[in-house]
Amino acid sequence: MSTSTTLNDIIPGSPAIQESTKVDDVTAMLDSIEGTVGTTRVENPKMEMREVDVFYADKQAIYDVDLDVARNEVIAMIGPSGCGKSTFLRCLNRMNDTIPICRVTGSITLDGVDINTREQDPVLLRARVGMVFQKPNPFAKSIFDNVAYGPRIHGLAANRAELDEIVISSLKRAGLYDEVKSRLDAPGTSLSGGQQQRLCIARTIAVNPEVILMDEPCSALDPIATARIEELIDELRENYAIAIVTHSMQQAARVSQRTAYFHLGKLVEVGKTNDIFTNPQHDLTENYITGRFG
Amino acid sequence: MSLNTLFLIILLLSIASYVYARRRAFVNAFGQTDNKRRHSLPAHYGYLLAMWCALPALALLISWKLIEPGIISNMLSSSAPTEVKAAGETAVGLYNNEIFYLADADSISQDLPAHKTAAIQRLQSLRTASKILLTLILSGVIGLSLLLGLRHVNREPRARVIVESFIQVFLVVCASIAILTTIGIVLSVLFESLRFFQQVGFIDFITGTSWSPQTAIRSDQVGSSGSFGAIPLFTGTLLISAIALIVAVPLGLMSAIYLAEYASSRARSTIKPLLEILAGIPTVVYGFFAALTVAPAMRSFGQSIGLSVSSESALAAGVVMGIMIIPFVSSLSDDVITAVPQSMRDASFGLGATQSETIRKVVFPAALPGIVSSVLLAASRAIGETMIVVMAAGLAAKLTANPLEAVTTVTVQIVTLLTGDQEFDSAKTLAAFALGLMLFVTTLLLNVIALYTVRRYREQYE
Ligand SMILES: Nc1ncnc2c1ncn2[C@@H]1O[C@H](COP(=O)(O)OP(=O)(O)OP(=O)(O)O)[C@@H](O)[C@H]1O
Ligand SMILES: [Mg+2]
Repeated sequence: MSTSTTLNDIIPGSPAIQESTKVDDVTAMLDSIEGTVGTTRVENPKMEMREVDVFYADKQAIYDVDLDVARNEVIAMIGPSGCGKSTFLRCLNRMNDTIPICRVTGSITLDGVDINTREQDPVLLRARVGMVFQKPNPFAKSIFDNVAYGPRIHGLAANRAELDEIVISSLKRAGLYDEVKSRLDAPGTSLSGGQQQRLCIARTIAVNPEVILMDEPCSALDPIATARIEELIDELRENYAIAIVTHSMQQAARVSQRTAYFHLGKLVEVGKTNDIFTNPQHDLTENYITGRFG
Repeated sequence: MSLNTLFLIILLLSIASYVYARRRAFVNAFGQTDNKRRHSLPAHYGYLLAMWCALPALALLISWKLIEPGIISNMLSSSAPTEVKAAGETAVGLYNNEIFYLADADSISQDLPAHKTAAIQRLQSLRTASKILLTLILSGVIGLSLLLGLRHVNREPRARVIVESFIQVFLVVCASIAILTTIGIVLSVLFESLRFFQQVGFIDFITGTSWSPQTAIRSDQVGSSGSFGAIPLFTGTLLISAIALIVAVPLGLMSAIYLAEYASSRARSTIKPLLEILAGIPTVVYGFFAALTVAPAMRSFGQSIGLSVSSESALAAGVVMGIMIIPFVSSLSDDVITAVPQSMRDASFGLGATQSETIRKVVFPAALPGIVSSVLLAASRAIGETMIVVMAAGLAAKLTANPLEAVTTVTVQIVTLLTGDQEFDSAKTLAAFALGLMLFVTTLLLNVIALYTVRRYREQYE
C-alpha cells in the first residue's frame, strides 16, 4: 500500500475513545452534524443505501444515512465506539432481522433491487452478502464441515467431489489450506485465533457471495495474523465488494479505497481513503483521525 | 447442662471470639506507626479465633455423644441380675433396652421388680454424671483452645491462608459425607441381597421368567417355595419407561426448542413456569388421573377399534408418566439451548441458513451433551416412579412386550414386598433388596453408557 508510510506518520496510534455523553452535549453535537461531507455515491454501485434510519425499540441508532458500496472496492467504516458502525453494516445483509427490537427504514438495494421488500428472502440475501464477525466463531465441527456448511445448506455441490473442490478452493483463497490440509477433520475450534478467523472467511467465501461484510475482523488477532488477513482482503477485492468496520486507522488506510466516518449514528464524511486521512474536511473527522476526539 | 445449651454456649463463645479477634486486628493494624500492610484482613483473624474456639469443642461434643450410650449400657450390663447375665448377651441387650425405654417413659409404674427400679435409677445417675463430666471437660477444652488460639492469633499468622485451607477441608468433608452415604446405602443393600442370594440362586433370579414371591407360612402349604425370576419385572420397568420416554423426549425437546429459539421473552417467561408445574403435581394425582381417566378412555377406544385393552395397562401408565417427566426434559434442555452462544447462531444466519437449519445443524449439536443429560434425568425418574404404576399398570408380573396388557415394575414389587407385616429374614422381603440392587446397577449402567457416548461425541467436535 503506497499510502501507508505517509499515513502512519500522521496517525498517532489508535484513536482516543473518550465519548462526551452528557445528554445536552450529545443533542448539540448531533444537531451540528448536517448531511454528509464528500460524495456518497459512485458510478454503477453494488449496493446503494438511501435515507437509512435504524431504531432499537424507540432509540434511534442510525440517522438518515446515504452511502454506496462500489464493485471491487473495500470501503472502511470508522468512528468512535457505539456510533453505529456495526448496526449499519448489519443492515446490508439484514442481520438486524435477528434482533426483534431492531427496525430499519429507508431503501437498501443490491444490484438495484431493494433487499428489504417482503419478496426478498433474507436467506438468499445472506448467501449473496456474506459476513465475517468480530470474534472468530467457527462451529464446533471439523474444519471441513465448517467450510462445507454453507455449500451444503444452499445445495451448491452436486456430489462429494464437488464439495471437496469448493472446500479446498475456499481454504486456498483464504490462505489457510497449506496449514490445515493434513487435518481437515480436526475441529475448527482447535485452530489458533488467526487461523479461526481465516477459517471463518473461507466459510464465507465458500457460498460464493458478491459482497463480504467484515465487522472488526482483526480485533482479536495479533499483528502477524492481522497482516495476513489484510493481504487476503486486498486479494479478495478482485472478486468481491467488501465493507469493513475497523477501529484501527492504519488498517483502514492499508486495506480500503474509500473510508466513511460515522459519529453518533450519522455519516459525517465519506471519501477516498487517501483524502480522508491526509485532508479531512469535517472537524469531527479530523479530530478523530488525529486522535484528538472530544 | 443439656446438649442444646452446650451448643448455644459454644456458638456464642465463637461469635465473641470472632468479634474480639477482628477488633484486635483492627486496632493493631491501624495503631501501627509504620502502617505496614497486614497479610490478612481483620475478619480472617476473627474467623481463625472462632475456629480455635468452636472446632475442638464441637469435636469433643460429637464424639462424646457417639461414645456415651455404649459406655453407659456397658456399665448397666455389668450390674444386670445374674439370671439375665446367665441367659447370654442377647438377653442382656434386651434387658438394657427395656431399662432405657422405661427411663425415658413419662411415668414409672409402681409394680416393677426392685432390681429394675434400681437399674433405672442407676441409669439416670449415670446420665447425670456424664453430663456434669462433659460440661467440666468441655469448659476445660474451650478454655485451653481459646488460650492457644489467642497466642496463635497474636503471633499474626497467615490467617487468610489458614482460613482458606479450612474452607477447602470443610468442602471436602461435605462432599465425602454425600459419597459415604451413597456407599453406605449400596453396601447395606448389597449385604441384604447377599443374604437373599443364599436362599435363591443369583442366576435363577436374573434369568427366571416367573415372579410370584408368595412363600408359604407353614411348610406344608402348596407352592411354598415361591419363584423369584426378576425378568418380568425388569421388562415391565423397561416397557413403561420406554413408553414414558417416547412421550416425553419429543414433546419436551420440541417445547424446549420453541421456548429457547422461537418464543418471545414474554411468552417464555409465562410458558416455562407453566410447564414446570407439571413436575410439581404429586404423583398420586397423576396416578388416579391415569387409572380413572386415561386407562378407561384407552380401553373404550381400543374396544371401538377392536383391540382388547386391559383396564390396567402399561400404555396408560407410561403415557401419563411421560407427561409428568416432560418438564425434566424441556426445562433443562431449554437452559442448555439458551446457553449456546449467540455467535454460533449469527455465524449460521450470516451464511444464509434458515432458523430450523441453524437449530438442527448448529444449536442442537452444540447443546447435545446437556440434552442427553436431561433425558437421562427424565429416564431415571421414570425408572424409579412407583405410584403411577401401582395405580394404573397393575401388579401382574407378566412377561410381555404388549403395552396394552397389565405389567408391573421393579419399584412396585419392592413396595408390595415390604409393606404389611413381614419377617425381615424371609426370602420374600429380602428379595426387595436384591431388586433394589439390580435397579441401582441398571440405572448406574445407563448413566455410564450415556456419559461415555456424550464424551466421545464431544471429543469429536470440540
Ligand atoms: N441489540 C441492541 N439493542 C439495543 N441497542 C443496541 C443494540 N445493538 C446496538 N445498540 C445501540 O446502538 C448503538 C450503535 O451500536 P453499534 O454496535 O452499531 O456501535 P459500533 O459503532 O459498532 O460500536 P463498536 O465500535 O463499539 O463496535 C449503540 O448506542 C448501542 O447501544
Ligand atoms: Mg461494533
